[in-house]
Amino acid sequence: MLQVEGIHTFYGSSHILFGVSLTVSRGEIVCLLGRNGAGKSTTMKSIIGLTPPRQGVIKFKSEDIARAKPYIIARMGIGFVPDDRRVFFDLTVDENLEISERKIAGTDAWNRERVYEFFQPLKHIRSRKAGFLSGGEQQMLTIARALVTNPELLLLDEPTEGLAPIIVDMLEQRILALRDAGLTILLAEQNQKTALGLSDRGYILDNGVIKYHGTIKELQENEEIIRKYLLV
Amino acid sequence: MDFLTTVTSSGLIQQFLVGLSRTTILFVVASGLSLVLGVLRIPNVAHGSLYMLGAFLCYSFATLFGKNPIGFWVAIVMAPLGVALISLAAERGLFCRLYDREHLMLLLFTFALMLLCRDIVKMIWGAEYRSLAPPVVLQGSLSILDLPFPKYNFFLLSIGPFVALALWFLTQRTKIGKIARAAAVDRDMVSAVGINVSWVFASVFVIGCFLAGLGGALVAPTQNIAQGMDHTIIMESFLIVIAGGLGNVWGALLGALIFGLTDSMGILVWPQFSIVFPYAIVVIVLIFRPKGLLRATW
Ligand SMILES: Nc1ncnc2c1ncn2[C@@H]1O[C@H](COP(=O)(O)OP(=O)(O)OP(=O)(O)O)[C@@H](O)[C@H]1O
Ligand SMILES: [Mg+2]
Repeated sequence: MLQVEGIHTFYGSSHILFGVSLTVSRGEIVCLLGRNGAGKSTTMKSIIGLTPPRQGVIKFKSEDIARAKPYIIARMGIGFVPDDRRVFFDLTVDENLEISERKIAGTDAWNRERVYEFFQPLKHIRSRKAGFLSGGEQQMLTIARALVTNPELLLLDEPTEGLAPIIVDMLEQRILALRDAGLTILLAEQNQKTALGLSDRGYILDNGVIKYHGTIKELQENEEIIRKYLLV
Repeated sequence: MDFLTTVTSSGLIQQFLVGLSRTTILFVVASGLSLVLGVLRIPNVAHGSLYMLGAFLCYSFATLFGKNPIGFWVAIVMAPLGVALISLAAERGLFCRLYDREHLMLLLFTFALMLLCRDIVKMIWGAEYRSLAPPVVLQGSLSILDLPFPKYNFFLLSIGPFVALALWFLTQRTKIGKIARAAAVDRDMVSAVGINVSWVFASVFVIGCFLAGLGGALVAPTQNIAQGMDHTIIMESFLIVIAGGLGNVWGALLGALIFGLTDSMGILVWPQFSIVFPYAIVVIVLIFRPKGLLRATW
């Protein structure tokens, strides 16, 4: 469903991604692992078009989206959940979802009601300003906000970062439920336990270069790789 | 302190009402500036030129429709719409390419537009000033506690709350208002949920410029319509917006009230020095609240 082929991404004049390639097939959860500053978020932002790559190809459902504007990419079916929980602080929970909602036909479409059923805690705080939510609630909201755009591929950037273990468990279980509901997920994680527990395949990114790729089982067995690229 | 004793309570009320009608104009113009500043992050120095343009257009339309009693009302609607149309062209042609530029660049760019506007106005309307009489129903004065108060100022007073209400509704209750508030803080995320920020920005820009034109049209019957009115208003509007909190429309209201009222009441306290009061108040506000009275969106 998604093919990233040799992308080079820059922030101004600093070169961050060096020929990153990866693929995600329909129905998979693929994780992108790597230390702080490895380039996981930059890869995500390159895909959604916020930091378009200067070189390389990004194909989504066989169309090249590497030069497309973020709103076009989002409308094609990619949902983006950024790493720093960028909810629209000034708006209420419900307004966050209202402006993001893109209605599609079909019974399995994500609308506000379905999202409130999926993330029950949000239902009770729907008229609260997003800026006043707890970290866990904000994270549910950023995922919910991506869901109401009815994406086929969800980019999740460190969804469990800095949250209490009980919330992390809940989110992990919700992410699996999303996959069961038919979504494809690309997950960036520093937390190996989360990433390995959820994903089918994984890529390891280090200093803007893909160093390893394989199934989760292969990755778990390859202690040398883990030591070299993931342990701090 | 003998001057204070000469001020009667009716004189006080009269000055208060004068201040409030001045506040209306300031609020209408400054809220537009603040909207553009808050959502698009453009410090539009040419905002004052649009105000001047609104006044001149109002004069021309009113003259065009001549003696017709509704001529003035047509003019007061058409003038800001004309300004809005011009700003739409400017947004689509120029500004939409510049959103990512640094603020200094935008400042210089809009400054250049201000100079350009000034020359265009001079070419079309000439260098001499114009004046416009209020419509017949609003001519003359009413007496308040035995002091005369122009009818037109009452009209201005009634416009203020209406504009404030419309802005409240627009920003708080409409979808585009909500999107604009989100985009003011995080335009990347707004586009990442599939919203074409560009048309949201265009609408907000046009609405902001419409308010400048409306302010100009409203002020036209109360003063000389002349070169240089762009100058004064843009300085005052920026001060109001900064004192109220950058990008905050309610801040613009608060700032306009403070500015307008100290301006008119100051005359009662110390006439020779009155022009300084509003500026002094802004300085005092900024000493205690450097980011303005209400929460800035910057
Ligand atoms: N806006 C920016 N401007 C310049 N450099 C940036 C910017 N954002 C990130 N970088 C740099 O790009 C590199 C990759 O950052 P990125 O955020 O993609 O890493 P990451 O793998 O997501 O790390 P983390 O685990 O901390 O989220 C880092 O060296 C970082 O300093
Ligand atoms: Mg990151």
